[in-house]
Amino acid sequence: MSETVLLGDEAVALGAVHAGLTAAYAYPGTPSTEITEYLIRYRRKHGTPIAQWCANEKTAYEEALGVSFAGRRALVSMKHVGLNVAADPFMNSALITINGGLVLAVADDPGMHSSQNEQDSRLFADFARVICLEPSSHQQAYDMTREAFDLSERFQIPIMIRLVTRLAHSRGNVTTAEPRPENPVAKSATPASWILLPANARRQWRALLERQPEMRRYTASCPHNTVTGADSPAPFGVITTGLARNYYIENIEDLGVAPPHLHVGAYPFPADMIRKFVGGLRRVLVLEEGYPYLERALRGVLPPNVDIEGRESGHVPPDGELNPDIVRASLGLKSRPGLTIEGLTLPPRPPQLCAGCPHGDSFHAVTAALAGFPDAVVTSDIGCYTLGALPPYNAIQSCVCMGASVGMAKGAAEAGLHPVVAVIGDSTFLHSGVTPLLDAITEDTPMTLLILDNKTVGMTGGQPTIRPSSQLEDLVRGLGVPADHLHVLDAHPRHDAHNTAVLRREVEHRGLSVIIAVRECLETIKRGKQEQVAARA
Amino acid sequence: MKFDIILAGVGGQGVLSVSAIIASSAMHEGLSVKQSEVHGMSQRGGEVQANLRLSDKPIASDLIPRGTASLVLSMEPLESLRYLPYLSPTGTVLTSTDAVANFANYPDLEGLLARIRTLPRAILIDAERLARQAGSARATNMVMIGAASSLLPVTLETIEHFVGTLFAAKGARVVETNLKALAAGREAAVGR
Repeated sequence: MSETVLLGDEAVALGAVHAGLTAAYAYPGTPSTEITEYLIRYRRKHGTPIAQWCANEKTAYEEALGVSFAGRRALVSMKHVGLNVAADPFMNSALITINGGLVLAVADDPGMHSSQNEQDSRLFADFARVICLEPSSHQQAYDMTREAFDLSERFQIPIMIRLVTRLAHSRGNVTTAEPRPENPVAKSATPASWILLPANARRQWRALLERQPEMRRYTASCPHNTVTGADSPAPFGVITTGLARNYYIENIEDLGVAPPHLHVGAYPFPADMIRKFVGGLRRVLVLEEGYPYLERALRGVLPPNVDIEGRESGHVPPDGELNPDIVRASLGLKSRPGLTIEGLTLPPRPPQLCAGCPHGDSFHAVTAALAGFPDAVVTSDIGCYTLGALPPYNAIQSCVCMGASVGMAKGAAEAGLHPVVAVIGDSTFLHSGVTPLLDAITEDTPMTLLILDNKTVGMTGGQPTIRPSSQLEDLVRGLGVPADHLHVLDAHPRHDAHNTAVLRREVEHRGLSVIIAVRECLETIKRGKQEQVAARA
Repeated sequence: MKFDIILAGVGGQGVLSVSAIIASSAMHEGLSVKQSEVHGMSQRGGEVQANLRLSDKPIASDLIPRGTASLVLSMEPLESLRYLPYLSPTGTVLTSTDAVANFANYPDLEGLLARIRTLPRAILIDAERLARQAGSARATNMVMIGAASSLLPVTLETIEHFVGTLFAAKGARVVETNLKALAAGREAAVGR
């Protein structure tokens, strides 16, 4: 046993290592990135486990499934919207008889600090009918991840660990326990259960449904779902999930009498336990980070004469991240005044591209090339370059999900808009841009794909792209883009006039063209230099 | 004892290094620590803050409630004012006077500093100049830790130890520069 200070993400990573992890796969995504970064550093030092970045979340999940098939323990981690990409293998893996423990760590982003939405992954676990554990502290992040591998092998299902930004990116103390060795290689003894042909799948689905009562017995008796102060004379009860517990505890002193409190950290939620907890209470406040998931479910569990208050009823804001002050207000406590300076309004300071960023030069070229085309459309994507939507660039008109710029450009062009440019980063292109490009190549759609190749996954901190920049041109040519409409440009401002001219020529071309604008991210250049200095010192 | 700090600044100013050094020092001295950070998109030249909570008892929330923080420690004057609602009426604002005017309508700096001086407990530090005198403008964040050190519930010796640890890989000269910056910040704040 030893005590250490870790990010919530790192606590998950170390918990997995100490559970006998053989391999971890992921695609970078805030706030989940630091799980794999920790494991990659761990491997450099200790030689194990396998820890790799993958092309996208779907491939990562499938690689983890293969490890489980081989009888060994696998961790796959991603941000909440990454699970949309991996939804196909995730949903189907619930029907497979999992062999080696398979744990999916998903980091949700309530409040959308770095995301397009704030979807709640607990619903995905429910959708797949598997167990979800939700830590509310760093220690739980470590302990629950360890336990999740055991549960996965016991119930033969994948287990979800649901994190949120504030736990993923906060540091706290963790006491570690004795590490467990890795599983030996032992191929699945029920290979037919991995072949989801309809006849097998129907049998597997039934088996999964038949295991639901056992899962509920586990969550009703596990230490993650706990009642405190059941005999409290307070006129209402409080149910918390995840980090809401901490914000509730932060305010408890000011309540006078602490209400009876049920905390739910393991799902499927224990309905009988909740019914018993509520007992004769007439009012229950449900505090949960994310969707009103439990609150909604309780409307079918508790008698109609119990007032259920939460995000859906309007007693807690329906969107955004919880914090101690929101919870305080929902408990009926007065807010505490801070300091103010009268009559001073502070201008916001939005994020922006770094000074000298190659993306900025590319956006200038795009805007210049499209001058005089009032109907020009620039679709774009997920990454640092999404900041091209803001002043001074105002250069892009869409950002939906990984790879959408390419497919949307094709649709917009085929619907009759011209010219249409899709702007996508190199890593996002490799993640989800290649397949829609195949569609556009097949139709020779009149659109221009501009790949901003900064040789890194920039926004998440400079991870390597799945294939190096040097192979991008060959890849695109190999897909079938005609050579005379495929250009590689140096995205340096001294080539601005040339680059603008090439872009102008290609947006006027009534067919598909691809332009790769290459210049390395300033941050990775800087970091490369720092590493060299550190190596010399 | 509880000491909650809002660390503020602009992406790239080293706010997380400041937080890490204070957090490590507090833990070394046996305090409970929770440190909430901002990663990802907002780090790109936008407003950045970290919540750092130190206590001799277990800490529940990663986030600091409004009206309760002991210190706003800011690397940038405008950013020091953004988190005033979180500061206790008896709390201190400690800020660098070096503006990062990376957007068009940045307010008049002298007026801004004058407003900060009207707060009940405000300490303004000419941090970048002190860092240059110590040997490197990049040590500005160490000047700010030094300036905060007499308010923090940890000893200067422990802070010095962790500054040394953080920069050890970069060589003895870098460590020395940062320790000098730390001392200059402390002197500037205490000697006011």
